[in-house]
Amino acid sequence: MAANTNSEKYKSDGSLIGNLLEWVDARFPATSLWRTHLAEYYAPKNFNFWYFFGSLALLVLVLQVVTGIFLVMHYKPDGSLNANGIPVAFASVNYIMYDVPWGWLVRYMHSTGASAFFIVVYLHMFRGILYGSYRKPRELIWVFGVLVFLCLMAEAFMGYLLPWGQMSLWGAQVIINLFSAIPVIGDPLTIWIRGDFVIGDATLNRFFSFHVIAVPLVLIGLVVAHLLALHEVGSNNPDGVEIKERKNEKGIPLDGIPFHPYYTVKDIVGVVVFLMAFSAVIFFAPEGGGYFLEYNNFFQSDPLKTPPHIAPVWYFTPFYSMLRAMVWNFFWLDAKLWGVITMGAGVVILAFLPWLDRSPAKSIRYRGPIFKILLAIFVFAFLILGFLGTKAPGYYFFGYQPPEKGSSLLSILLSGDIIAQVFTAYYFLFFLTMPIWSKIDKCKPVPERVTWK
Amino acid sequence: MQTRTGKGHLEMNTMRNLKTLLVVLLAAPALVFASDAGLKLDRAPDVSTDKAALQNGAKLFVNYCQGCHGLSAIRYARLQEIGLTEQQIIDNLMFTSDKIGEPMLTAMKAADAKKWFGAAPPDLSLAARARASEAGSGADWLYTYLRTFYRDDSRPTGWNNLVFDKVGMPHILAILQGEQVLVKAQDAKGKVTHKLLLAKQGRYAADEYDKQVGDLVGFLAWASEPQAALRQKLGVAVLIFLAVLFVFAYLLKKEYWKDVH
Amino acid sequence: MPQTFTCGFALTYNRRVLSRFNVGISAMSNQGKMDCGRRRLIVATAAVGGSGVLAALVPFVSTLLPSERAKAAGAPVEVDISKLEAGQMITVEWRGKPVWVMRRTKEMLETLATLNSELADPDSAKAEQPPYCKGMERTIPNQDPAVLVMVGICTHLGCSPTAKFRAGTEESMPADWKGGFLCPCHGSTFDLSGRVFKNKPAPTNLPVPPYKYLSETRIIIGVDTEGA
Repeated sequence: MAANTNSEKYKSDGSLIGNLLEWVDARFPATSLWRTHLAEYYAPKNFNFWYFFGSLALLVLVLQVVTGIFLVMHYKPDGSLNANGIPVAFASVNYIMYDVPWGWLVRYMHSTGASAFFIVVYLHMFRGILYGSYRKPRELIWVFGVLVFLCLMAEAFMGYLLPWGQMSLWGAQVIINLFSAIPVIGDPLTIWIRGDFVIGDATLNRFFSFHVIAVPLVLIGLVVAHLLALHEVGSNNPDGVEIKERKNEKGIPLDGIPFHPYYTVKDIVGVVVFLMAFSAVIFFAPEGGGYFLEYNNFFQSDPLKTPPHIAPVWYFTPFYSMLRAMVWNFFWLDAKLWGVITMGAGVVILAFLPWLDRSPAKSIRYRGPIFKILLAIFVFAFLILGFLGTKAPGYYFFGYQPPEKGSSLLSILLSGDIIAQVFTAYYFLFFLTMPIWSKIDKCKPVPERVTWK
Repeated sequence: MQTRTGKGHLEMNTMRNLKTLLVVLLAAPALVFASDAGLKLDRAPDVSTDKAALQNGAKLFVNYCQGCHGLSAIRYARLQEIGLTEQQIIDNLMFTSDKIGEPMLTAMKAADAKKWFGAAPPDLSLAARARASEAGSGADWLYTYLRTFYRDDSRPTGWNNLVFDKVGMPHILAILQGEQVLVKAQDAKGKVTHKLLLAKQGRYAADEYDKQVGDLVGFLAWASEPQAALRQKLGVAVLIFLAVLFVFAYLLKKEYWKDVH
Repeated sequence: MPQTFTCGFALTYNRRVLSRFNVGISAMSNQGKMDCGRRRLIVATAAVGGSGVLAALVPFVSTLLPSERAKAAGAPVEVDISKLEAGQMITVEWRGKPVWVMRRTKEMLETLATLNSELADPDSAKAEQPPYCKGMERTIPNQDPAVLVMVGICTHLGCSPTAKFRAGTEESMPADWKGGFLCPCHGSTFDLSGRVFKNKPAPTNLPVPPYKYLSETRIIIGVDTEGA
């Protein structure tokens, strides 16, 4: 077993640093941590492009924490108006952008980092679906991952209130009011969440506290759990082959290579490429075309004036579309509540994936045509749901103008509302019928060893 | 490559198809946007590197806008970045403050403004970013807005605007532009078009007025992100650096992965 | 076990790691050469990457410097001294600190010379003032020696001393007191030029800020007098 070597303690070579390391290692599992998680963590050698996003997510997390620490030094969570009639919180963001040396750069890093986080995490999750990384024995890794995703959504949502612009205020207003859909306790609950009858200073202060302390703590804890669980069972790979089932005489997987140095040097390349894309946004398009920093959020918050069109930030829009797709009252509950339930279920259902998938093969490489086709449609549906979430209700594709009276075939086929409903249904059916179609799908035989070169 | 199994090929094809699909999907919103523009905006001239134009814009802002609107994020001293000297700023532009480190606030108190106008005239620091939309940049919006005021007696101020219907602000620049009236016309297909006609000439001819507004909007665009030029310059340096780092990182990876068979 | 090559460390390390797992080691005879190249690459990548990290640190560390707002608040302050009567002192704020501007009477100025033996640094040799404000009066040469400009912060631990201008009769002051300042925190005493008395906790005289005469009656605090 590779783990046996963990009991080896560091032996000094007689130098001062060597002696110090030996002293520390006798009292702290430095060598053993290094070996378990890096030098002797054996990862499959056939990782491909999709395997960059895990380490990139970790990088973005660190980036968000560091930039966040520096932003907190200058930001003021205060909803009151200053002498110039500008909310103090909004003015303090301006202060960071205009007056603090290099503050603009740190702020752009943080705002771009939020979107980068979701891009990287969505791709990371998609990788899991492609190669069946959630399958036994990795169910817990996946569940922790879904919890990380949930935390990330909470973190992003609360962080978005802090600039205290129009989208901050009205976005939070809409999302918090979702809770009012809950029967009986809904209204008191929303007031309790806001700490006021409107989104106000109290709301801003508690969201600030959650955004900078509470949620990050939970998030980091979950990430650690996610990694510990991963290192307990070992990484999956694009072939979905368990490398631990084939070991050499020393107990080392035949298809495994030490994470360090092989994947550290590889991930550095991924990090540099990621930083290039990240810097391109920060330095040349910090607003991300209005998707990373919404234009309306450059208006200070005004509780008396709703912007003509409010859309959540892009990373929430697929789920926001699901919320809006529910327009029918049934089972004694009204559409509003069904919308909230649908949106929540859209995230929660991901956690059940390990038990919904009954396919004999893990990886898409050996799975049958049903999975490939349904997954392609799933990706398409998810992206279109995301796109529609940025649009106002009543949107028609390709600029189509519906007839003033009645409806035509095109007005149904091109209606964003109807397409959102169809794709929401598809989203859930993809998961709910998975136990059936994943079982009957014609899989190819899975090789014993990973395919390599 | 030749050693790839049949499965590998199939997977490659699937992946390639998936990637093509992704590209098409990512491009789709752009196509849809293109057909989406309802409001047509005129393009504001780019004066970001024209210091004389920016200085003229600053002068126009101080003379015509600052009476009601603040530019709270810009300190007077910062106007040195558009090529003015400290003395020029003190002599020509500082009416609301005697300290060059102070922000360019309006003399009007926010509370008074609310009493007089019902709503305080907004601070314009970020106007050129906030007004951006799918139809054009914030500067485009401002440029169009300041040139499309027209007489409308149904409004309490006597003014209305093409891009900002029922605007609360009167046409402050009327002495420069003159007065426009709205003419509705119907073309052969029955489509109604709006056209503005200059009913009374102001101080400037139309193209000179456009230039002045262009300068003013250019100044506001500068003020909405004074570090924009630095940001882009720095971006080029950062990307070049990362490209160099990429070469080393890639060679290092290649070197190590020689071990792996 | 360690074999001596030019890049011995890298080699033994890699041998150790490589021997642990089963991936083939290509062309063992070439190992020494390859490891040299590998080590050079590690150093080069680390150098480039490290310099990038260092450069990225600059903006973060810079955010902690005084912002434009702090700099504006610390801007030079103009003071009109035309209405400052003899024996009167006004306090103005400069960089958030009290700055005293005082017009001393003739009698006050006369006390200065008599105190030299009791003071720790009668000639203001230590640098607590611009070079042009040395000497007993601690004022700018060629200007009215009666007008004293001084930061009202005790050099001991930063309290603001209180004015004890009246000779002898001041409460809690010694009988031979000739007028000056007393720091309420730890009892340091200063004369009417802000010079500290001997055997007091304050190590140096009260600081004189950089200042300059704009005209006979206007001074600006925070701007050095040039050529003086």
